[in-house]
Amino acid sequence: MGTFVLAAEEFTPPGAGLFEYPPIFGSVTKPMVLAVLSLIIVAVLFTVGTRRLAIVPGKGQFALESFYNIPRNTMARDQIGSAEFRRYIPLILALFSFILVNNLFAIVPVIQFPTMSRIGFPLSLALFVYVFYHYAGFKKHGFFGYIKHAALPPGVPIFIAPLIIVIELLQKFVVQPLSLALRVFAAMFAGHLIIALTAVASAFLISAGGALIIAGPFAFVAGIAFTFLEALVQVIQAYVFALLAAVFIGAAIAEDH
Amino acid sequence: MDLILAAEEPLPILPHVDELVLGVVAFAVLLFVLWKYAVPRFETMYEERTDAIEGGLKRAQETQEQADRLKKEYEEQLAGLRAEAARIRDDARAEGQQIKTELRAEAEQEVARIKARGEEQIAAAREQAERNLRGEVGGLSVQLAERLLGDSLADDSRRSATIDSFLGELGGMSGQRTGAN
Repeated sequence: MGTFVLAAEEFTPPGAGLFEYPPIFGSVTKPMVLAVLSLIIVAVLFTVGTRRLAIVPGKGQFALESFYNIPRNTMARDQIGSAEFRRYIPLILALFSFILVNNLFAIVPVIQFPTMSRIGFPLSLALFVYVFYHYAGFKKHGFFGYIKHAALPPGVPIFIAPLIIVIELLQKFVVQPLSLALRVFAAMFAGHLIIALTAVASAFLISAGGALIIAGPFAFVAGIAFTFLEALVQVIQAYVFALLAAVFIGAAIAEDH
Repeated sequence: MDLILAAEEPLPILPHVDELVLGVVAFAVLLFVLWKYAVPRFETMYEERTDAIEGGLKRAQETQEQADRLKKEYEEQLAGLRAEAARIRDDARAEGQQIKTELRAEAEQEVARIKARGEEQIAAAREQAERNLRGEVGGLSVQLAERLLGDSLADDSRRSATIDSFLGELGGMSGQRTGAN
């Protein structure tokens, strides 16, 4: 019993400090290196992989095409419409692949850190989306045309129009892009924290001695289970981010809305 | 100690300017690379693929149409040939019939001609025979008369014998002539 109390006093769960890395050189930290690494991975994959595209694809090309078709067809084309989606493919593809690689970094051994758990990165991506979809809207409907398009959905009764206008503008210009960044940030932050917690806890429990050693393997197994769950969450978050970007663009350039 | 540590932990919700800037730059580079290289290559290839498939289908359709046209042509030709063959057969039959009729007519004519000639010959032979016979009968009658007169008409039995022998001679002559003929 005495051991248990002692152990409980010694255990400190990982907190926000877990995400702070000392600079490797200058002011460059591990997340920054990972962001550049992911850029290199995706850029090389898509430049080298597309060097010789055949009409009848081989295995590698088929795999790359299958990946490419997710942002192209199920996101851009379905959400933006087959008339104008082509010019937005690079954005949606870049978002999906960049976020996916960075998220998967969280469960790649040695790397084991989700870049998107640093709010600066998802925020910068959301900034791109923000610029893209509002630019597309202004270009499509004109300045006042787009403000009206964004602020007032058709068929709103006149007496609640003022309220709707405020809500819609707030949503389109603040909430949507901000929630886009926060969603992936929070998911990656929490996921990394949980996996770190199970790792620290199992190590602590096993080394604590006494009866606690029995609980150690459970924490370890929970860590593995959470790793699988996180793999799913990482893919879903990348998918959702890119899909929502396509949805926002589609809504911004939609006709008669 | 714990409290101080917690206070020292930074707020994760506040972005670092370094990371924000790096994020923007890195993503801009990635976007550029994908926009410049990857996406155009994919889209060009997709267009080529669509063209290839549509071209293939179009070619197949053209070939099919050509085959159909040829088949129709051949069938028309075949029907024409069949009709012609039937016509030729009919013609041949009619011609055969005609030839048969003509041949029969000719044969009948020939028969008639041969019959006529035979009759003519028979008539001529008879005429000749008559002429000869007439001459011979005249001569024989004279001979008979002479013999009758030479035998001085003695009696009935002799006369009768003389006539018999004469007739016998005549029969012998007649037999000789038949043998000669």
